[in-house]
Amino acid sequence: MELNFTLNGKPVAAQIAPDTLLIDLVRSLGCASVKRGCDTANCGLCTLFLDDKPVLSCSLLAARVEGRTVTTLEGLQEEAAEFVGFIADQGADQCGFCNPGFVMNTIALLRENPDPTDDEIRAFLAGNLCRCSGYEGQLRGIRAFLDSRKK
Amino acid sequence: MEQKNLKVVGHSYRKKDALQLLLGKPLYVQDLAPAGALVVKLLRSPHPHALVEEVNKTAALKVPGVVGIYTWEDVPKTRFAIAGQTYPEPSPYDRLILDRHIRFSGDPVAIVAAEDEKAANKALKLIKVKYQVLEPVLDYRTAKDNPVLVHPEEDWFPPCQVGGDNKRNLVASETDSHGDVDKVMADCDIVIEHTYHTKAVQQAMMETFRTYTDLDRYGRLHVVSSTQIVFHVRRILSRALGIPKSRIRVEKPRIGGGFGAKQTAVSEVYPAFVTLKTGRPAQIIYTREECQIAGSPRHEMEIRVKLGASKDGKIRALDLYTLSNTGAYGEHGPTTVGLSGHKSIPLYTGSLEAHRFSYDVVYTNLQAAGAYRGYGATQGIFALESAVNELAERLGMDPTRLRDQNMVREGMVMDAYYGETANACALDRCMEHCRQIFDWENRYPVRDLGDGRVRCAGVAMAMQGSCISNLDVGSATVKLGEDGTYNLIIGAADMGTGCDTILAQMVAECMDCSLEEVSVFGADTDVSPYDSGSYASSTTYITGKAVEKACAKLKEELCQMAGEMLDCDPALMVFEGKQVRNTADGRTVSLQDIAYKAQLFSTHSAMATATHTSPVSPPPYMVGMVEIELDKRTGSVKVLDYMAVVDCGIPVNPALARVQTEGGLVQGIGMALTEDVTYNAQGRPIENSFMQYKVPTRLDMGKLRVEFEHSCEPTGPFGAKSIGEIVINTPSPALAHAIYRATGVWHRELPITPEKILMSMPEEE
Repeated sequence: MELNFTLNGKPVAAQIAPDTLLIDLVRSLGCASVKRGCDTANCGLCTLFLDDKPVLSCSLLAARVEGRTVTTLEGLQEEAAEFVGFIADQGADQCGFCNPGFVMNTIALLRENPDPTDDEIRAFLAGNLCRCSGYEGQLRGIRAFLDSRKK
Repeated sequence: MEQKNLKVVGHSYRKKDALQLLLGKPLYVQDLAPAGALVVKLLRSPHPHALVEEVNKTAALKVPGVVGIYTWEDVPKTRFAIAGQTYPEPSPYDRLILDRHIRFSGDPVAIVAAEDEKAANKALKLIKVKYQVLEPVLDYRTAKDNPVLVHPEEDWFPPCQVGGDNKRNLVASETDSHGDVDKVMADCDIVIEHTYHTKAVQQAMMETFRTYTDLDRYGRLHVVSSTQIVFHVRRILSRALGIPKSRIRVEKPRIGGGFGAKQTAVSEVYPAFVTLKTGRPAQIIYTREECQIAGSPRHEMEIRVKLGASKDGKIRALDLYTLSNTGAYGEHGPTTVGLSGHKSIPLYTGSLEAHRFSYDVVYTNLQAAGAYRGYGATQGIFALESAVNELAERLGMDPTRLRDQNMVREGMVMDAYYGETANACALDRCMEHCRQIFDWENRYPVRDLGDGRVRCAGVAMAMQGSCISNLDVGSATVKLGEDGTYNLIIGAADMGTGCDTILAQMVAECMDCSLEEVSVFGADTDVSPYDSGSYASSTTYITGKAVEKACAKLKEELCQMAGEMLDCDPALMVFEGKQVRNTADGRTVSLQDIAYKAQLFSTHSAMATATHTSPVSPPPYMVGMVEIELDKRTGSVKVLDYMAVVDCGIPVNPALARVQTEGGLVQGIGMALTEDVTYNAQGRPIENSFMQYKVPTRLDMGKLRVEFEHSCEPTGPFGAKSIGEIVINTPSPALAHAIYRATGVWHRELPITPEKILMSMPEEE
């Protein structure tokens, strides 16, 4: 079937099988930041934005994005660059495999709530697993970014 | 050997790859696999023990896009081990690429290669297999000398003698002792004897096992894999596939986590076989389910601890017996078990008069175990530290004070640790420091919140090693470029830990330059100098020392070249970072000029390679304290605070050492409370996804606080020891302790779930 949608600001027309998952479609279109970590919607690695709302692309049929707007980390490099350095300063990037999904959801958090508390950060990002960092360094990084904005 | 005035080492820097990773650049195996690579999938047996009688591929081969289906009849008949260990490996050669004899539910029966995933998956469904189902050995307690043999084959081969016997389901067996344990034990006022049980928890690294292979421009097998052990993978593939090592090149890109899982060549052999058969690029991407049911998890162990002490709390005798379940294949079986004693008992060197440690490692028809951070020490420390906590409670002593009077201290000879001396040991300071920051005196007492909830605390100590002594080899090449910057080339594998960065920090320190002036490359068997690989907590300690040695050699070389350029005695030349100076007349040569000279009518190369190994493996030490809130009405445990003080020698990069610790603590919390591996009565795994296998989220770990107590290891680079593994060892015993404080029940089997807590709760009067 033919699918028309907007990917990272550009119109895309793609021929897909009806059972194609969104993660596989966007990866095949060059969005390698979208990672598969589990298959069961538990890990958050495949997070991308559908019409500016974070969704798990491993659990969404590609056909559902007909006429809609999909954004991956490839399309949000500048917005991400504003704060990821603070995560890097903590060494909390570690293996990096969970980073794109975590960064996407952090962007979603900061758009929705520009000045979250630590508990709000933990709650919003609870669906983003990380096996390396123990999460604390990611929190310190976000906190450091928020503090830097207040100066 | 005090470390002073270090400019780069001992300071926190971003990982060199941090921004690339955080911005989601294509850096991992699947991102780099060539378009058009065949998709490789494995048909796995549902039965834990069976013989393949017939495989009917007819219908599957008709699926459009299916390129090949291979079974046991198609593969080489040489047995091999996939454990990433130095040759000759302690792990038995007990595998074939595909074996007619199926040994666990998940063992591969057929390899399918197809143009795309859909075709491969369809073919998997259409392959018809006739099995002769055999009775399995599912209980590791009955495996030894069971009439049912997991490996009856005549060509089972142990490259090292480790006490194994495949006709007894035995992979390894040994007894080691010091002093007369029975005599001292008989003389003790109090003896505590219990059996502890830890499960085969999964590393659950976010990137599953994955590999792609193709033929390089010379027709050699080129393997790009998410691995910690490029050199071992080359050797393993050579034996498994029956092709010369010279025809194989293995490299690793960025790795999405390893934790030991990727110290075993879990996925490499399948696409490699397909590429050799078809001449085409091939890739295998394990699903999470495959990682969970056919990965390389921690060895399930049952540890019997007998602890003898005097009534004033002096721990005099320890007797440990470990029964380890290696599952269907013996990867890391003979070695992990050793750490359950060798890296727990020495914690009590301070008072110990005698000890004994013996073990058996058995085969069962369950998923094969492998290497997981902690590597047996985690299991042993859970058992021993739980017994020590029980001793404290029985004697009515503060468990931290009890440890003060028994623990290993700097300068002591550790009989239970290969007779090594604790040359750098700040365990006593770790305990004192942790007591302070945790506010132990006030948080140890049980506080009843009056509504069924209680708050209380637990404690544990831990140790690990910094390499495999007398065995691990690390190397580094450092070369000077004509712009005066350096390339560092290593065979160690940065799997997210940051070793590329901390080794570059060492180059910057030695060569008196900035971190930005050092570029790192690793790891590639064609290019890198030999390194055993990144495991056994060895990279900082072993490869780090190789870096230091390579830099010293390079400086000598540069002085030699500068001396020749100035036509003077090289012994007069001194390296000064940006230049080399003649101390007699003050003349200098810049690094750029030396590098250019090396390119012009020169027999010198502005590079040096050095290799390092170590006769000792200096332990890092740590103390962990946890405060929990336990709800007696539901059995639920909330981790409120986890504090740890670590002695890893001198931390090379404190930020990265901190994150290593925090990550290890949270993995340890998962192992203690939620992560389980169980099987149904038919031997099929139950926790086959993240739905059932509960990795901690950021809501499950409370607040972490990590501090360091420095010691200076004389044999380590810049005084460093290791950090990677030790950090997972304290949560299980500390949490079991806190849960006892809350409930009065000792839980000796992990994980300690709310259900277990509630069901074991004593009836309230």
